[in-house]
Amino acid sequence: MSGYVSTRGFRRAASIWRLIGARLDHLAGGVFILPAVVVILGFSIFPLVASLYVSLSRLSFSEGGVDLKFVGLDNYAKLVTGIDHVHFLGLAGPLTPVGFVVLAAGYGLLAFALYRYVRGHNRTAGGLVGRLFAAGVAGFLLWLVVSTVLTSGRPGTLVVTIIYVAVDVSVQVLLGLGLALLVVQQLPGRRFFRVVFLLPMMITPVGVAYLFRMLTDTDKGPLYPLWAHFGLTDVSWVTNPWGARGAVMIGDIWQWTPFIFIVLLAALETLPHELVEAAVVDGATRWQVFWRIRLPLILPAASTVVLIRLIEGFKIVDLPNVLTNGGPGTATESLTLHAYTIWRALDIGGSAAVAYMLLITVTFIGVCYVNLFRRRVTAMA
Amino acid sequence: MALTRRRHRSVSTTTIGVPTMLASYVLLFAWAFVVLFPLYWLAVTSLKTPLDVNDGPFYIPWRDFQPNLDNWRYIFVDLGPDTFRPYINTVVVGLTSTAITLILGSMAAYGLVRMRYRVSIGAIASFVAGAALAVVVIVAQVPWQVGAVAGFALFLLLLNTVARRVKRGFGNDDIAFWMISQRMLPPVAVVIPIYIFFQQLALLDTWGALIIAYVASHLPIVVWLMRDYFQSIPIELEESAAIDGASPYRIFRTIVLPLSIPGLVATFLFVLVFAWNEYLIALFLTSANAQTLPLTVAAQNATRGPQWWYMSVLILIMIGPVIAMAIALERFIARGLLVGAVKG
Repeated sequence: MSGYVSTRGFRRAASIWRLIGARLDHLAGGVFILPAVVVILGFSIFPLVASLYVSLSRLSFSEGGVDLKFVGLDNYAKLVTGIDHVHFLGLAGPLTPVGFVVLAAGYGLLAFALYRYVRGHNRTAGGLVGRLFAAGVAGFLLWLVVSTVLTSGRPGTLVVTIIYVAVDVSVQVLLGLGLALLVVQQLPGRRFFRVVFLLPMMITPVGVAYLFRMLTDTDKGPLYPLWAHFGLTDVSWVTNPWGARGAVMIGDIWQWTPFIFIVLLAALETLPHELVEAAVVDGATRWQVFWRIRLPLILPAASTVVLIRLIEGFKIVDLPNVLTNGGPGTATESLTLHAYTIWRALDIGGSAAVAYMLLITVTFIGVCYVNLFRRRVTAMA
Repeated sequence: MALTRRRHRSVSTTTIGVPTMLASYVLLFAWAFVVLFPLYWLAVTSLKTPLDVNDGPFYIPWRDFQPNLDNWRYIFVDLGPDTFRPYINTVVVGLTSTAITLILGSMAAYGLVRMRYRVSIGAIASFVAGAALAVVVIVAQVPWQVGAVAGFALFLLLLNTVARRVKRGFGNDDIAFWMISQRMLPPVAVVIPIYIFFQQLALLDTWGALIIAYVASHLPIVVWLMRDYFQSIPIELEESAAIDGASPYRIFRTIVLPLSIPGLVATFLFVLVFAWNEYLIALFLTSANAQTLPLTVAAQNATRGPQWWYMSVLILIMIGPVIAMAIALERFIARGLLVGAVKG
């Protein structure tokens, strides 16, 4: 008797489980995606919004909590026009002839690009407004870079970060593409080179920073004979602003060239052999094969890695912090490091404001890159 | 030599002349030297005494100087616990956060590839309104529980009234773009509220805080790479399993995941390296107990000045595991990355 009852209970439990199972199957879409959505909402979007509020207030830690006082745009004003503007934007010097030429050439190019768009066939009102805005911001950034770098002035963290990204990414693309083209030839031993070339990417940036501190030591470093030959042994890279920035950039290039190399190599290897073969049969030179066939076909992959490196490059912090400690002065500070140093000085609102300026810069450059360059490239392929 | 040449000719489409080949090898070895020499210098320095380091550059052990293991002994024996604690922290945080990220990320990626989503703009708007109310209530010094409940109530209220009338919405691609674009976010822009949040929960300087922060910041990579990988898997197997009555979870676990092992390995390696090397978030969220290796290494400078001989040992043991894994799994990396980059 009791056995009968318990079986029925068991059966009912089983059917409930089956019901729950069927219901769960029905909800599978939500179950698959919701955890990720919740994590991103909770730990990216919510902090991002909160950060915006922090950047508009003065925050201090008190016992068991935080005190927030809304101050409007004060933190931003401090960065752009106030006491921190030399740190953030830099100190503009009088324009030199070289600076004038560069500026004129840059503005000429911007005007020409706009003119071509206006004369083109597929222009839209939105596209024109967006391009005018982009050209305005780009013009301002160009002026900022030229007036602080090519003069007696000194660049602020915004300019330094832009220089890091621009120099690093261009050199990395050139080196990475060159290496990929070398390795893609079916030379014996290429697996060895593939593995070796990959290594720097895996190394902790903090380790890279120390490595390059050792290597750039002109007195005890391995390149001592070279420095001694030129009589530079008592010159220190890290006390000269451009030397220190150079060391940071060399470290970053050393570390991230492999990333571009490995993706471009893989892209080159997946190209159909027949295309290159047919071109060679038709008498194309290596040069033509590269410019007319290989390069256009790997451009979509290349445009994606460049986008990734652009975005990641703006986050640079470990290298300058460890390699040069941001110095001499604030010469090598990137925007992230800038935000961290203000945070350490307990100006938390100001730190959030710098972080937001970085976010705005990255977004601006990323959106421009995608809309003006990458979309065209991927549409072609 | 002749044999290799012949085999190589059959593979390649363009024959390579001897001058080109020589030039290629010169360039290849030059860059290999650029890559390997710093690592060699690290290894050599770790075997030097302070005197050897300070007396100028010595290049070759036994010839220029007498190598010894004193630095290794110092780091492992004398400094024992101070070395092992950050090491264990790094291993635990790295592996746990990578595993969680990989599970959550590949689930989301699979959902985005094989299921259809439609999030109406109305629902998003009501969520934003609810969140805004919650923030306003919390900022007005009301206990956060009240704010959370009020926000959630407003969200439900709007969802069931206004939001139902809005027809337009976002599909899978929009959601995928939204998730992947989170990678654009500089960590420094979100780390301050996260710091305050963990401070309130008394989670600062613990494994949990780091793991949660790392999962959030690395999810976009997993979604991005795995989504492209899942797209390259033929759907027929999954369809026939579904006809046989297998649940979506079972299909995912027993068919899709085993088929995606190359992609999973590449993604795992990637995320693990990111977590292993992460610096900024750890800098904000940890101080002593949960400190990870990059912080320990970076801190050497501040506390003792650059003692290159010890630093080299520390850096070597820090980068050793990731380098070993990179060498072992090199094949997977290019493949896993390429899928993402070409379609991305």
